[in-house]
Amino acid sequence: MVRFENVGLRYGLGPEILRDLNFLIPAHSFQFLTGPSGAGKTSLLRLLFLSLRPTRGLVNLFGHDVSLLGKDEIADLRKRIGIVLQDFRLLDHMTTYENVALPFRVMGREESSYRKEVIDLLKWVGLGERMDALPPILSGGEKQRAAIARAVISRPHLLLADEPTGNVDPTLGRRLLRLFIELNKSGTAVIIATHDITLMDQYEARRLVLHQGRLHIYE
Amino acid sequence: MDLGRERPQVPARARNLSPIVPRASIAGRALVAVVAIMTFLASITTGTVLLISASAAEWQSEVASEITIQVRPAPARDIDRDTAAVTEAMRAQSGIIEIRPFTKDESAKLLEPWLGSGLSLDELPVPRVIVARVQPGTTLDLAALRRRVSAVSPSASVDDHRAWIERMRSMTGATVIAGIGILALVIVATIISVSFATRGAMAANRPIVEVLHFVGAGDRYIANRFLRHFLRLGLQGGVTGGGIAMLMFGFSESIAGWFSGTPVGDQFVALLGTFSLRPSGYLVLAAQAVLIAAITAWASRRTLFATLDDIE
Repeated sequence: MVRFENVGLRYGLGPEILRDLNFLIPAHSFQFLTGPSGAGKTSLLRLLFLSLRPTRGLVNLFGHDVSLLGKDEIADLRKRIGIVLQDFRLLDHMTTYENVALPFRVMGREESSYRKEVIDLLKWVGLGERMDALPPILSGGEKQRAAIARAVISRPHLLLADEPTGNVDPTLGRRLLRLFIELNKSGTAVIIATHDITLMDQYEARRLVLHQGRLHIYE
Repeated sequence: MDLGRERPQVPARARNLSPIVPRASIAGRALVAVVAIMTFLASITTGTVLLISASAAEWQSEVASEITIQVRPAPARDIDRDTAAVTEAMRAQSGIIEIRPFTKDESAKLLEPWLGSGLSLDELPVPRVIVARVQPGTTLDLAALRRRVSAVSPSASVDDHRAWIERMRSMTGATVIAGIGILALVIVATIISVSFATRGAMAANRPIVEVLHFVGAGDRYIANRFLRHFLRLGLQGGVTGGGIAMLMFGFSESIAGWFSGTPVGDQFVALLGTFSLRPSGYLVLAAQAVLIAAITAWASRRTLFATLDDIE
């Protein structure tokens, strides 16, 4: 599903922050991406999400060499990827319901065709009563759950999550992890970037460890 | 599987979805005002050019269907006899449908504004004028006519107003070119204003664009969300500016009436008739308002795609 070969990344003329990355992300797989702060976890997620281009090497996503893709093709590929960012990126003028339903809206689906699905998921992540609230009045944890719901609502082939449990209490963190596991069981490849050891210890999964720009894989 | 806590069921109901790009996030009022002012200026320019062209065409068709013969006094010649001889010679010319020689009294009347009344033409070497109306569509052999007139009166000259018509034609042409120049400037200024407004709107809505990119929206989808706002703003501005200009032309007769009797008013009426446009003129102004709205949308679309390239 995802293949990196000798991938390197540098910002501008600065030093290479990711070096010689070689790995595969198989379909239906589950992995944690970890490493110390500043190790390049977010940069690697951005490479996977095609919002950054590698300085060198080959990135192959869903069978496409990303260096050959145009903007429209990248947009089409992104419809198959869900992403949860640390800063949530919710739209403040839209309700929680509308934020979560946004991927369906962009796909051009009728509201009646996805309404039940969105409401069910909002209840599942504990936002059943907050679906008409605007993001500015949501707590950090609620925003995080809304962002996660938006990323998983369209059942993406690949889910990228950057510190998805960073703003929630341990109980809710466990529940969110179960959500990712359920999603993985239904066919989505999941990559969770975290440095929360407790979270990783709760589920036996492959670990990708970034250290000084290089990736070490623990199966 | 339900991981949520027990909560009251929320009925699945139809929702009025918020627009993806909120209307309030686009500084619309200033843009509507700019487009309205530009459309107004463009409409006034176009309307004035149409008026001048129509009036000039009218004068030209009137003047082109006439020729004037001047019989000048000459030593040892009887001007009355020469005038009569030239009139007779003209009557023999085919293609001329009406000949009107001005009498001595009528000539004096023509000169009254400059020389005053009670004038005796016998004391002044004043030429006599003969006006001939030419059958429309006929091409006169002016050289032959001149020869014939000179044969009966060596001091007579034939003027077909060609030089005057040429001057008129070049003046009208210059007016039309100036009008087109002003229109081009107005359109360029509109495009620049709209581009700035679009850039401003995109900068203000950058977080929305980024999120839309995250959820897989293509540039075309995002541009269309913005474009409908700009098309609406362009139409609002176009209709306002064009409408005010049309009302102005509509009420022009009343406005011109306020100045009638004044030297300025009379000169304008003599030059342009009234300011009233023909119905086709109003259609041109309406089409122009729609064109400016379309230009607004086009300029916005162009800027949108250029800006979207810079947003991840």
